[in-house]
Amino acid sequence: MVRAVGHQVLAALHFVGDSVVLLARALAYPLRGHVGLRRTVQQMASAGADSLPIVAVTLFFVGLAWGWNTAGQMVRYGATSYYGGTTAIAIARELAPALCGVVVAARVGSAFAAELGTMTVTEQVDALRALAVNPIYYLVVPRLAACVVMLPVLTIIAIASGLLGAFIMALHFGVSAVEYMSSVQRLLDNEDVFGGIAKTLVFGLIIAIVGCRQGLRTTGGAAGVGRATISAVVLSIVLIYVTNLFLTAAIFGR
Amino acid sequence: MQDTLAPPVQLEGLSYALDGAVILDDVDLAVAPREIVGIMGRSGTGKTTLLRLIMRLIKPTTGRIRINGEDITDLRERDLDRIRANMGMVFQGAALFDSLTVAANVGFALVEHRLLPADEIPDRVRDLLDMVDMAGTEHLLPAQLSGGMRKRVGIARALARRPAIVLYDEPTAGLDPISAAAIDGLVVRLRSQVDVTSVIVSHDVHSLRRVADRAAVLHQGRFLAVDAVERLEHSHDPAVRQFLSGSPEGPMTEEPQMLNGG
Repeated sequence: MVRAVGHQVLAALHFVGDSVVLLARALAYPLRGHVGLRRTVQQMASAGADSLPIVAVTLFFVGLAWGWNTAGQMVRYGATSYYGGTTAIAIARELAPALCGVVVAARVGSAFAAELGTMTVTEQVDALRALAVNPIYYLVVPRLAACVVMLPVLTIIAIASGLLGAFIMALHFGVSAVEYMSSVQRLLDNEDVFGGIAKTLVFGLIIAIVGCRQGLRTTGGAAGVGRATISAVVLSIVLIYVTNLFLTAAIFGR
Repeated sequence: MQDTLAPPVQLEGLSYALDGAVILDDVDLAVAPREIVGIMGRSGTGKTTLLRLIMRLIKPTTGRIRINGEDITDLRERDLDRIRANMGMVFQGAALFDSLTVAANVGFALVEHRLLPADEIPDRVRDLLDMVDMAGTEHLLPAQLSGGMRKRVGIARALARRPAIVLYDEPTAGLDPISAAAIDGLVVRLRSQVDVTSVIVSHDVHSLRRVADRAAVLHQGRFLAVDAVERLEHSHDPAVRQFLSGSPEGPMTEEPQMLNGG
């Protein structure tokens, strides 16, 4: 039992150390002005633009469900003037950033791990090194840059989609469009929106580094690629939940 | 520093262990300029590991690796790129980049390192593909190629930077005899045309007899013998004779370690 726990702790420390080193090495390239623009744009298209529909649909339905649960209550207690604002704060601060991170981790982080894992087990990563091309520069940096740039953009769209869903449910329960909009304008601060978006910069780092790290550490053929993909998604999502809590406390205070 | 009189590839007391298992144990080898040296041995004896060490894709546990006299054993990845620029490696499964066309694979190093003006790269790629009898396949993806074609494209990619040293991992494995003979011919032609020094890992004794000046038999992490293939066939070492004759009877009976496929 003690030995098993010890192994888990060591594995966790190894993962953290490995990920921090990979992040530091990857960040060194953009800091020196080397990004690989063409590959970054390609990754932005596949990681960002292609994720847009699933992010928008997810937050739209979350907005609808949120409205279903809260709009009726607000009408019953005569608090409709707060419905739009409180909904907007919840979506901008928490729901859109966190769910956008989870969706992108599932869709994009898994793809990173699978692609890089396949390249690792088929010696393509070794081939890069043999051709004197650094795999971190060629593979990790564009994915990292794409995630950090695109996640905030996706989150803005997620906020808009969530607000649209909540607005439709507001109309369904008899809250007027004017009341909804004025409530949003009155209660939602810039800090709520920018704070939520700022969190996704960190989520982008997590998704890219965990996905790439798990891919580059893949061993054991096709089964290993499967394991790397699953672990990338699970680790990314857990890390997003945990860091979200700390970031919320740090950015928004009590 | 590089020494023009030094052997292009020199291994001194090279050992490699992984998770406590010794894969290579005190291996010495010096490959002369323009020489073609074959590395033979049963599956899992560390042949591929040896090539990966020469390319410094992995680091030895002990011993030194010298390329053109320069000790590369402890070089950092950034410094190794300078050494690798003068080397080419043909991987066992070709290791072509799946998402790139044949032309993009072959011209990869030229593009990434900006070794040629962009408008000259297609001509250079065409010449390389001609050299390996793969003309007209520029637009194909690796998935559309047979195993032999992939290997030939892998050779063309390895030669793109005109390396002085080329490492081949099982270049004829899984190929029909005609394709294998064509690749053997290419290896010999490269030596005569562009002074390439070659190290070839192979199970194929017939192939090595055709191309190799010398061959080494690797067993239990050590070289049993390093000599011309014809002389190895008359070696006093029964294990060497057994391997070259392909006989199941003899001292090579225990199960080899299964690492890196070779």
